[in-house]
Formats: sequence, structure tokens, C-alpha cells
Amino acid sequence: MDRDRRDFLKVAGLSALAIGAAPHLACAADDMPGEAIPSPKALTAKRWGMIVDIRKCSKATSERKCVDCVVACNNTHNVPSFDSKQHEVKWIWQTGLENAFPGEENRFLDEYITDTLKGTPIMVLCNHCDNPPCVRVCPVQATFRRSDGIVMQDQHRCIGCRFCMAACPYGARSLNWVDPRPKIGQVNKEYPTRTRGVVEKCTFCFSRLSVGVIPACVESCKEKALIFGDVDDPNSEIRQILRTQPTIRRKPHLGTRPQVYYIL
Amino acid sequence: MPSIVAGVIIFLVLFTYPFWGNLGNKTAAPVLVTGTTEKQCVEKTEFMKTSHMKLLDEWRDAVVRDGKRVYVSKLNGKHYDMSLQNTCTKCHIKKDQFCDRCHTYVNVSPNCWACHIDPVQGINPQTPPQQQTAYNAHTQGEGVATDGSR
Repeated sequence: MDRDRRDFLKVAGLSALAIGAAPHLACAADDMPGEAIPSPKALTAKRWGMIVDIRKCSKATSERKCVDCVVACNNTHNVPSFDSKQHEVKWIWQTGLENAFPGEENRFLDEYITDTLKGTPIMVLCNHCDNPPCVRVCPVQATFRRSDGIVMQDQHRCIGCRFCMAACPYGARSLNWVDPRPKIGQVNKEYPTRTRGVVEKCTFCFSRLSVGVIPACVESCKEKALIFGDVDDPNSEIRQILRTQPTIRRKPHLGTRPQVYYIL
Repeated sequence: MPSIVAGVIIFLVLFTYPFWGNLGNKTAAPVLVTGTTEKQCVEKTEFMKTSHMKLLDEWRDAVVRDGKRVYVSKLNGKHYDMSLQNTCTKCHIKKDQFCDRCHTYVNVSPNCWACHIDPVQGINPQTPPQQQTAYNAHTQGEGVATDGSR
């Protein structure tokens, strides 16, 4: 048989192409036949943000040790409650003012804190940063920033490496060191649990937003101390408040550009 | 030489035993029970049989990563909420007689149910669920955490 180098290369090239293309063609044939669309009921924004009004919050915490938002969040998302701090899983929780705002200790703020806000716990949660360090370090893109600013966590991809936990300056991420299921009180059968070895955090209730409902913590707050909305919309309620009230953010000097604002 | 041939024959006989050993041995295909009166799934039954895992993967990415929650079926144009827990299991309510039976038969163990909740068994089939009355906040009692938590 008479075959020169040129013929051989032609056949080899075509074969390589066919082998390379075959899986893609097979895959394309099996792709989902229908179409995925956003729900028409979904709440959308250019940039979701939140305000925590500690003045309203402290009234409820001092009067009735209010943790309505925490309970609502935990029950909605099947967040386990471990007694041991080692295993603790937190989405929205209370912490001390000096822990929430280190570096804010000016003399007069101190006075305000020691007199007016004495012992007031501060509600803290994921800040859904514009420049999220957790997203930058995630080696598998399990955590990512959506176009509407929500810093999402894809449990299907998480490998539990905890880089994000080391990167987050707000301690807003928790690893499931052990199976969380036995420690879930009331089970919400409409939302999944997590499994051992994945990191979880607040998602600004992306699943509720996608069906047109505001986040569970905001809905549960009887004092209206949590205000949720589009910070890129100049006419939104949240922008009205940001325009008229002085607000601070947690550790702004780190450059993460958090989108949870506090009124003290 | 004869010992080599004998060795090769013994090897081949042993190696291929699973194939000829099971010849004529019929294993009954699993009988699947959906537990619904609904006649049609979101796509053609044949497609669902062969490719439900791929469809579910696409659904997962669409919902979690792209924020798209509604599936428009090519089969009938109907809109479905893309949710294993809130759509699939509403019809396929008997997980043990549907998902599990077939997965056991073909010897695959997908980890969907490590997180997603079985509609019948719930999360903890052994023990009844405990009521959570109050959030067990580590700050409860003394008001403010001074433990250095961030």
C-alpha cells in the first residue's frame, strides 16, 4: 500500500478531531430539552443590600431578648444548633459591639457604646461584599458573586477546604465538622440540609427572592430593624434611609466593600 | 510450554467466570412505584429514564448558579419549579420504591439525599424530630459575647 507522510497526517488529524468532538456532540444531544428561565415572580435588583438598625434592634433585645431573625433564619434554612462553639454553624447571629466593629473605638463612640448601647448585641451576617475575599480564594468556584451582588455558596461544589473561612474577615462562614442533621430542630422540608464537610453561610435568601419573597430574617423582624433592598436604585426604601441616616459598615478599611450597613 | 498453556486457560476461565457464570441467570428488573396518578413527567419517559441525572445536574446549575428557577418543558410547554425536593418528590413520593430500587439494581449511589430531604422519611428516620423552641444562642443569658468571636 502506497501511503505518504501527507496522507497519514490527514487521516491522523481527522481522527483526532473526531475523537475530540465526539463527547461534545453526544453531550449536546443529551442536554436538557427544555429551557430554564427566571421565575416571573422573582424579586430582582441591580445590587442587593441590607441595613441593620441597632437602635430598634436593641430595644427588642433588652425588652424580650429578641432573636426572632435568628430563629426565622435557622428554621427556614435548616441551620443546626450545636452546643459546642467548635461545631457552631452561623448564618445570622449576635455578637458584641467590640467584636462587630473593632477599630471604631473613638473616645466619644466609646461613651455612646458604654452608656447608650451598653450590652447591646449586634446582629451580624454575611456582608455580601462587593470585593469578597472568600470568592477570590475558593479553588473550585463553589462560592461566587452573582450579578445582583449576592455572594452565593454552591454546596454541590464545595470541597470543604475552608480557604473561604480563613479569608472572610467577618467569620461569616461555618464548616459542618460533623453531620448537621441530628442537630436540626424544626425541619423545613422545602429546603435542603447540608452534609458533613461543606461550608455554609447566609445567601440573602436567594431561593426566597427567586419566588418573590423577601429574606426570612427581614420578614420576621417585628421592629422593622432590618431593611432589605436595591442599593443601586436611588428611589428604593434602603437608599432613602442611607440618604437620611448616618450608617457604618464592618471593617471598611479592609477594602471588601460590605453591603450590610449599620445604624448605631 | 504445556504448563504455560494450562496456566493461561485456568486464568481465562477464572477471569471470565462472572460472564459465563451468570449466563441464563435472569435477575428480575426492579418494579418501580411512583405513588402518583400523574401520567407524564417533565419530559418524555424514555428521556427521563436515560438522562434524568443530566437533567437534574442542569437544573442544579441553573438554579444555584444562574438564578433561573423555572423549567419550560419541551414536551408540553408547561412551567415547572426546578427543584428535586419540591417538584420531583411531589410525584415520586416513594423514594425507597422508586429512586432507591433502581439505583440499587444498577449499583450506583448518588449523594443527593445527603442534603436533600426525603419527603416521607424526613432527615432522621430513626428518631422523631425534636421541636426547637428557642435559638440556642451562645450569647443568650449574658447578653453580649466577649469571647473574641468576630
